[in-house]
Amino acid sequence: MSAVDAAALTAWVREFARLVHEQRDALTQLDAAIGDADHGANLDRGMTAAVAALEAQPADDPAAVLKTVATTLIKTVGGASGPLYGTFFLRAAGALDGDDGRALAAAVRAGYDGVVARGKAERGDKTMLDALGPATDALDEALAAGKPLGEALGAAAQAAAAGRDATEPLVARKGRASYLGERSAGHVDPGAASTTLLVEAAATALAGRG
Amino acid sequence: MKKLINDPADVVPEALRGLAAAHPELRVDHENRVVFRGDAPRQGKVGLVSGGGSGHEPMHAGFVGVGMLDAACAGEVFTSPVPDQMAAATRGVDGGAGVLHIVKNYTGDVMNFEMAAELVQAESDTEVVSVVTDDDVAVQDSLYTAGRRGVGVTVLVEKLAGAAAEEGRPLAAVADIAKRVNVNGRSMGMALTSCTVPAAGRPTFDLPDDEMEIGIGIHGEPGRRRVPLAPAREVAEMLVEPVLSDLDMTGGDGVIAFVNGMGGTPLLELYLMYAEVVAVLEKAGVGVARNLVGSYMTSLDMAGCSVTLLKADDELLRLWDAPVRTPSLRWGA
Repeated sequence: MSAVDAAALTAWVREFARLVHEQRDALTQLDAAIGDADHGANLDRGMTAAVAALEAQPADDPAAVLKTVATTLIKTVGGASGPLYGTFFLRAAGALDGDDGRALAAAVRAGYDGVVARGKAERGDKTMLDALGPATDALDEALAAGKPLGEALGAAAQAAAAGRDATEPLVARKGRASYLGERSAGHVDPGAASTTLLVEAAATALAGRG
Repeated sequence: MKKLINDPADVVPEALRGLAAAHPELRVDHENRVVFRGDAPRQGKVGLVSGGGSGHEPMHAGFVGVGMLDAACAGEVFTSPVPDQMAAATRGVDGGAGVLHIVKNYTGDVMNFEMAAELVQAESDTEVVSVVTDDDVAVQDSLYTAGRRGVGVTVLVEKLAGAAAEEGRPLAAVADIAKRVNVNGRSMGMALTSCTVPAAGRPTFDLPDDEMEIGIGIHGEPGRRRVPLAPAREVAEMLVEPVLSDLDMTGGDGVIAFVNGMGGTPLLELYLMYAEVVAVLEKAGVGVARNLVGSYMTSLDMAGCSVTLLKADDELLRLWDAPVRTPSLRWGA
C-alpha cells in the first residue's frame, strides 16, 4: 500500500479545491440564508490559490504541502474561514510525523484542536466544528479498530455529513449566523458544509493509501 | 444585477485605484490594499489602524487623514482583510509610539487582527493594542455568543481616538478614549431593502415591498425580526428606544447623535429621520450636543439607516470638535 506522502496530500488538496469550486454557489447560498453570502466565493478563491501555489512550488515533504495550503489560505481568504482553515492546515502540518494513516489522523486531530483554539467555539455552536469534530473522532475510532485508512476516512466523511445535517435545527452561538438568534435555526451551517467537503475529499483522494 | 463595475472580481482593487487618483494626499499600497496617510509614519505619534471588508465605504479608507486613521486595510466585499495586510499597515504607521488596532467585533475581523498583531510582535518591539467595537443593541450579548456587532460607533471611535492621537497622547491614553467611546455608545439599524454583493449577483435576502428588517448589521445579513413598513416617526422610535433602554443617556453633557445611511437611502430621508430621532430624544429627556448625518458606514446599496448615540462628556466633545481632514469627514482643518 502506498504511503500518505506529499503526492497523496496534494491530491487531497486538489480534490477539496475541485469540490469547493463545484459547490461554490451552493455554499454561498447557505451563507446568504444565515450569513453574508460570501463563503463559497472566498473559499474557492483561497483553494484555487492553494492549488496554484502547490503547482508553482511542488513539495516533496508532506508537511510542506499542508503548510503551503495554510499560508496561502491565511493570505488570500480573509473573513473567518481564512484564519480557521489556515489554522487547521498549519497545525496539521506542524503535527504531521510519518506517512501512514495514524500520522494523518494525529495531524487532523491537531488541526481540529487549532480550530477550537482560534475560533473559541464548541461543538453545538453551529460552526465547522460540528462536522470536523465527529469526523476527527470517527477517523481515530476506525483506525483504532484496525480499519484501513480508506475505510476510516469513509467513516469520517459520513460522520462529517451527519454532523453537517445536524446543524440545521441549531441556533447559532458563534460566527455571523449568531446575530440572527432564533432565526438561524432551520438552515445548514455553511462552514460545516464546506468542512464536510474537506473530509469527503480526503476519503476520495486517500483511499488505498496508508 | 446593475452595477457600475467591470468584473466583480476586480471591484476592490479598481476602487482603490480611483481613491488613489482622487486623493493624492493619501498613499495607497495596492499590493497589500492598504490606504495610508501620505505622511505616515509620524514620529512620536500613536498610529491608528483599522480595516474591514469592503462595501462599507466611506468606512474605513475614507477616514484616513489628519485627526483620524493613519491606515485602513480593505478586504474583499464584506470579508475581513487578511493578517498580512494588517501587518503591513501596522509596520507602515509605527512611529515609535505604538499602534492601535480598531476592530469591529466580527469573528473574522477579530481573528485576522489577532494574527496580524502576533506577526508584528514576533518580529519587532512595536507595541500593538486592540480595541474591539461592539455597540449593536440588536444582538444579545452573552458569554456564549460572538457578542454584539461593531457598527456605527466605530466611526465615532475613529474620530475621537484619532483626535487624541493627533494631540500626541500615549498609546494607553488613546486606547482608553477608544474604549470609553465604545462603552458609552450604542446603535440600532434597519433596512428597507437588501443589498447585492457583486460576486453574488443578486440580493442577499428578499424583502417584500411592504416589509422592513429591524436589527440589521452592515453585511446585508438579515435582522432579528421583520415587521410591516411603518412611517419614519415610528421607525425612529423602534431604533432609539432599544438604544436608550440598553444605556441611560439622560443627564450629563448630552449625546453625539449619528444618523447613518446604509448606502441606498437619500440624504433627504436621512435628515427627515434625524428630525424624528431628535423628537424621540427630546421626549426621553436626552439632549443632543453634536450630530452627524450622512452615509458613513454603508452596506453597499442597502436602503435603510442606523442610529448611534454616544453619551458625551466635555473631553469627548472637545475631541469631536478637533480638526479632521480625511476624504469623507473634514472640519476645522
